Amino acid sequence: MKTTKFNVFRIFILGVFFVLVSTPTFAISDEPEEEEFKVTEVIMHHIKDAHDFHLLDWDGHPISIPLPVLLWTENGLVAFMSSEFRHDDSGKVIVERNGQKFVKYHEEIYYASNSADENGTYMLFNEEHDPLNEHPFDFSITKLVFTMFVSMLLLILIFGFSARAYTKNGVPKGIAKFTEPLVVFIRDDVAIPNIGERHYKKFLPFLLTLFFFIWINNIMGLIPFFPFSANLSGNIAFTFVLALITFVMTTILGTKDYWKHIFWMPGVPVPLKPFLALIEFAGIFIKPASLMIRLFANITAGHIIILSLISLIFIFKSIWVSPGSIFFAVFVGLIEVLVVAIQAYIFTMLSALYIGSAMEKHEH
Amino acid sequence: MDLVTPDVGLIFWTFISFVILFFVLKKFAWKPIVGTVNDREQSIKDALASAENAKKEMKNLTADNERILKEARAEREIMIKEARDLKTKMISDAKEEAKVAADKMISQAQEAIKNEKKSAIADLKNQVASLSIEIAEKVVENELSDKEKQLKLVEDMLSDTTLN
Repeated sequence: MKTTKFNVFRIFILGVFFVLVSTPTFAISDEPEEEEFKVTEVIMHHIKDAHDFHLLDWDGHPISIPLPVLLWTENGLVAFMSSEFRHDDSGKVIVERNGQKFVKYHEEIYYASNSADENGTYMLFNEEHDPLNEHPFDFSITKLVFTMFVSMLLLILIFGFSARAYTKNGVPKGIAKFTEPLVVFIRDDVAIPNIGERHYKKFLPFLLTLFFFIWINNIMGLIPFFPFSANLSGNIAFTFVLALITFVMTTILGTKDYWKHIFWMPGVPVPLKPFLALIEFAGIFIKPASLMIRLFANITAGHIIILSLISLIFIFKSIWVSPGSIFFAVFVGLIEVLVVAIQAYIFTMLSALYIGSAMEKHEH
Repeated sequence: MDLVTPDVGLIFWTFISFVILFFVLKKFAWKPIVGTVNDREQSIKDALASAENAKKEMKNLTADNERILKEARAEREIMIKEARDLKTKMISDAKEEAKVAADKMISQAQEAIKNEKKSAIADLKNQVASLSIEIAEKVVENELSDKEKQLKLVEDMLSDTTLN
């Protein structure tokens, strides 16, 4: 009974979808365009950081949770709530603190210009419309930082409880039944094969933290409501820090053998050695850079695809597009669930591989 | 371009968060969880090994039992054989002793018989002597009355009597 109902539903959805796909031109509204829907701007706004946590728009007014703004300015630390900008993101509202004036333009905080231009914006621009104003160091608890704290809290709760969910003789109960296989997976399939039985214990906590930190933030990015929905692991600063930690670890831990294999590869004809050294030296930096870009690009791409599919409704200005775009958004969303786990795994696996290769001792 | 320019604030907070998360989770999660898992795996390994040992010991025990049984059986055989030998020896010894005793008794009896016979003969000799004297007395008495007759009688008597 359930399956037949589901089949009917499926056929209905497919039918609606095909009708819509085969006649996209009819879906376009005949109404005069009030305001152009800028897809790129909307998507970029969604995948980038923000100074307040936007929940929804109600009756044309945005409702958002204000977050603290922390600025390191010429006159020291300045702190205020992001609500003081009153949802302005075009540099029109000035916040004055410590005798300094700040404006927010495209989620960046600048020192305000002395006078407003013809649009009421306290900003100066060059010919390419890039801001010319100076800006203070921005250490605000932004949407992404807030999300990161939420993810930390979740991780500490999940694994703190897991650690306490064991009976005296080591049998997992409750949540530990779910988390233990993941932990054992990282140990047996990531740490031990790549680093080796001898040294893996030292790096297991790092790899576990890395894997779960990336994974939970990936998952949180897929959940489209507060306090999730932020694109943290698809932000280059986030991936940069994690890749940098791996890079620093490989550089510090590198054995004599590791550096020898980079600068004077044994078992290769001497004339070739300088060229190999050049390539290998570049490789030291390319490896973590590839880590950084892979995670950033994959997660950001996933967000862009889903947002694009949803945006189709607004591009075509028709509610009839929605079944199709929702169907595809769900479809891509399901793939994303897989992708985010795989990306967390790949990042951890490659980090383990780089650490392992740095610590390897070759037998010649 | 904005998208691929890392933001200083976020770099700072990510680094701080990751370091804090690393130390907190290391202390409160990874150490206990991985420790428990390792301990459990070790105890499972130990339990399997001890089961294997017990099995081996059991096998040894059975072998021992069989060996002891075998030994006991052999000992029994030996004991039975010894007993049988002892029995035959005792019987033969008894026979020997009996024979010796019988021989002794027989020889004693023969000795006794011999002595008896000797004494009987001596007795008989004495009786014969006394009888002869009596006869002689009577004959003398008679013959003293009738001379002829006396002579005849002596002659007859002597012819009749033979010393054994």
